[in-house]
Amino acid sequence: MILQVQEVSKRFGGLQALLDVNFELPEGQIMGLIGPNGAGKTTLFNVINGVYPPTQGQVIFRGEKITGLPSYEVARRGLARAHQVVRPLNDLTVRENVMVGACFGRERHSRSSAASLADQALAQVGLIDRADQFALSLNVAQKKRLEMARALAARPYLLLLDEVLAGLNPSEIAGMMETIRAIRDQGFTILMIEHIMQAVMSISDQIIVLDYGQLIAGGNPHEVANNPQVIEAYLGDPEMTARLLAD
Amino acid sequence: MNFWRQPGFWPSFLLVFLSGIVVLVMRQDTLRETAFTVLMFIGLASSLNILMGYTGYVNFGHIVFFGLGGYFGFFLLSEMGWPVYLAALGGGVLSAIIAYIIGAAVLRLRGAYFALATIGVNEAARAFVSNFEPFGGSTGMYVNFSAYDRYGGAGQALWFTFILLWLVVLAVIVVSYLVKRSRFGLGLSAIREDEDTAMVMGVNAPLDKTKAFLISAFFPGLIGTLYFFKNGNVEPDDAFRFQMSLEILVMVMLGGKGLLLGPIVGAFAYERLRGYLLTSVIFKNLHLATSGLVLLLIVLFVPGGGVGWLRERFPKLRRWLE
Amino acid sequence: MIHVLPSIIDGLLIGFVYGVAAMGLTLIWGVMRVINLGHGATMALGMFCTYFLFSDLAVNPYLGLVAVVVLSLLFGFLIYGVALQRVIQSGYLSTLLATFAVNMIIIGIGTALFTTSPRNIDFSAGSITLGPVILQGTRLLAALAAVVITGGLYLFLYFTRPGKAIRAVSDNRAAAELMGIPSSHILALAFGLGTMLAAVAGGLTSTFFPFTILSGATYQLKSFVICVLGGLGNPLGALVGGLFLGALEGIVPTFMPVSWVPVVEFALFVLVLVVKPTGLLGAK
Repeated sequence: MILQVQEVSKRFGGLQALLDVNFELPEGQIMGLIGPNGAGKTTLFNVINGVYPPTQGQVIFRGEKITGLPSYEVARRGLARAHQVVRPLNDLTVRENVMVGACFGRERHSRSSAASLADQALAQVGLIDRADQFALSLNVAQKKRLEMARALAARPYLLLLDEVLAGLNPSEIAGMMETIRAIRDQGFTILMIEHIMQAVMSISDQIIVLDYGQLIAGGNPHEVANNPQVIEAYLGDPEMTARLLAD
Repeated sequence: MNFWRQPGFWPSFLLVFLSGIVVLVMRQDTLRETAFTVLMFIGLASSLNILMGYTGYVNFGHIVFFGLGGYFGFFLLSEMGWPVYLAALGGGVLSAIIAYIIGAAVLRLRGAYFALATIGVNEAARAFVSNFEPFGGSTGMYVNFSAYDRYGGAGQALWFTFILLWLVVLAVIVVSYLVKRSRFGLGLSAIREDEDTAMVMGVNAPLDKTKAFLISAFFPGLIGTLYFFKNGNVEPDDAFRFQMSLEILVMVMLGGKGLLLGPIVGAFAYERLRGYLLTSVIFKNLHLATSGLVLLLIVLFVPGGGVGWLRERFPKLRRWLE
Repeated sequence: MIHVLPSIIDGLLIGFVYGVAAMGLTLIWGVMRVINLGHGATMALGMFCTYFLFSDLAVNPYLGLVAVVVLSLLFGFLIYGVALQRVIQSGYLSTLLATFAVNMIIIGIGTALFTTSPRNIDFSAGSITLGPVILQGTRLLAALAAVVITGGLYLFLYFTRPGKAIRAVSDNRAAAELMGIPSSHILALAFGLGTMLAAVAGGLTSTFFPFTILSGATYQLKSFVICVLGGLGNPLGALVGGLFLGALEGIVPTFMPVSWVPVVEFALFVLVLVVKPTGLLGAK
C-alpha cells in the first residue's frame, strides 16, 4: 500500500468538509476519486499533501505517517500534485517551471541535471517546443500540461491529479488521457480527481466516491457505476446518471 | 560552478572591477570619495536585490542592517581596537544575526504585510538606537583617531578602506550571481512567483527565505562599518536615514530588480541624478521629489527598470544583460 | 491611577482624530487592497492647508476644514488617476511603490516650498474643567468633529448609492462589475474619501500640536499601528484602535521617557502583525 488514509476528518469552523474517510491505494494503480461538486475532493487532496492538517485521522505514505507535515516535506518524500486551478510560475520559462519540480522533488537534482530531466518531462507532455517561453504565455490546455510535467519531473512515487481534464476540448482530453496512460505504464501510482466520467471509468483500476465529505462507495469502475448510493448522489445531475447507467 | 564562463556575469563584474582600478590608478581623493559612495550604493542595492528581486519580499528597512551592523562594527574598531576588516566582518555577522531574529518574526508575513512590518522595524530600530547608552545615545560615537594609526594615518586608512569596500562589493556581485544561478536561487524565484505552489513542489520556503534574508543583511553590515570608519563617526540619524532605504529601493527598481546588472546600473544612474540635482540651482531642493517622480515613472511605464527594458528591446543581448 | 486620568482622557480625545486618520487608510485597503504610503504626506498637507487658511486668511480652523474636505477629495481623485489607475491590477508591489513614490514627491515638494521650520496654529478654544480634569477646547471640538465625520461616513456607506457601491466593490469586485458598477470610478471615489479622511485628521491635529511637512510620517505610522490593531479594512476597528492608541500614548509617558513611545508603538505593531495579522477585531 503506497497510501493509507485512516479516519480522516476535516472541519473548517462550522463546516464539516470531510468525515471519517478511509481508503487504501496499492502501488502501481490508478485510483479515481469522484463525487458531486463540493463533496470535499480537493480538500482531501489538500490534507493528503500537507496544505493543511486533518482535524482528525492519519495519512500514511509508504509506511510513514505524514499527517501534519508541511507540503514541502511531503513533496520531498515523493508525492507530487497537479492542481485543478493551474498555478504556473509566470515569470519563469516553461523549462524553469519544470526544473523546480525536479530540483525540489524526491530526487533533489542539481540545476544542471534538472534541466535535462525537465526536457524529458516536457517531451512527454508535448510541450518541448515551448521550453524557452514564459509560462505566462501559454493557453489553458498548455498550462495543464505544464502542471503535469512539473509533477512528473519530481519523479514522485504517487501523483495526485486534480481535474487535469477540466476545460479541455475533446481532442485535448484524448491527448491528456494518452499521456496519463503512458505515465501509468512507467509505473507511477496515480490518484485522480475527475468529473469526466467516461475518462475516469475507462482508465481507473479502482474508484472511490465522495459525497458531502464522506466516502460512500469504493470498488472497480463497474461496481461503482451500478452502486445505488452513487446513482442517488448524482441524481441531481440526470445527464451524469444517464451516462453512468449507460456504461 | 563555472560562473566565470557565463556571459551574464562579466558585464556586472567588470563594471565594478574597472571602476575600482580607475580610481586606484588616478589616486585622486575626490574621485575616490565619489566612487566610495557609488560602490556603497551598488553593494547595498545588490544585497537588497537578493531579497527583493529574487525572492519578491520588499524590505523597506534595508538600511537597518547597514546601521546596526555598522554601529556594532564601529564599536568593535573604535572601543575594542579591532582591525577594520575584522570589525567589518563582526558588523556583518551581527546584521545577519539580527536578520535571523527579525526574520523569525516577520518572514511569515506575506506581501504587503511584510513590507509594512519592515517599515515598523526600521522606525523602532532608530528610536531604540538613539536611546541606547553604549551606542552613545542620540549623539553617537566618535572614532578614536589612533584607530587610523594602524594604517599609517588617516590618509592611508581612507585608501585602505576604499580597497576593502571595492573587494566587498565584488564579493556581493559574485555571491549574487551564484545565488541566482543555483538551485537555491531557482527556489527563491519559485517563492517569488507563487509561494504556496513552490512549497507544494518541495521548496522549503521558510528556510530559504531566511537564508536569503541573512545573505541580504550580511553585506550591508560590512559596508556600514567601512562607511562609518571612513567618516570617523556614527550617529543614529546618519545610520538610519530612512531616506537611504528608499533611495536604495529606487536604485533597484531603476536599474531593474531581479537582475544582476540592475542594481549596479541603478546605483550609477541614481548617483549621477542625485549629483546633478544637488548642484543644480532649480532642483537643489527637489531631489527627493525627483526620485519619487523617477520611481513613479518606472513603476507605471517601465516596471522592469532600465536593464529590463533593454532586455526586452534587444533580445539578442539578453545573455549579457543579466 | 487617578493622576494618569487627565492624560488618558486627553489621549482618548486625540485618539478620535487618530481614528479618523486610520479610517482613511483602512478604507482604501478594504476597497482596493492598496496600502497608501502617501497617507502621512496627505495628513501633513491637511495640516498646512488649515494653517494657511488660518494664518493668511484668518479662517477659523474648524470652518477651514470644509475647504480641506473639498480640496483633499479632489486631490485624492488626482492621485488615483495619475498614479494608481494604471497599476491597480498589477499586484501589491506596484501599487505599494506607486503610493510610495507619490509620498516622496509630496514630501519633496513640500519640503522645498514650506521648509522644515515648525508651524503652529495659535488658536485657543478655551477649556472645560470637570473635577480634576481640564478638557481643552481644541480636543473636544476635534473629537466632536471626528464623531460627526464618522457618522457622516457611516451614513454615506450604508445609505447612499455610491456608498453602497463602494461596499459592494470592497466585498467582491468581480461580482460588482458584473452588476454594472463602474468599479474604476468607485475606486477613485474610495481613494478620494480615504485621502479626505487623512487630510481632515491632519487639519484637526494641527490645532493640537506644532508640525512640519515631515510630521506626517509619525502619524502615518500611528495609523498603520491602529489599522493593524483594529484589523485592516475594518473602519470601526480603526476608530476603536485610534482610541486605544490615544489612551496608550497618554499612559506610557508617565512611566517611560517620551522618546520610547515610538518604540512601544512599533513593537506593538510588529507584535500584532505577527501574532494576529487579522487584527484584534478581525480584518476584512
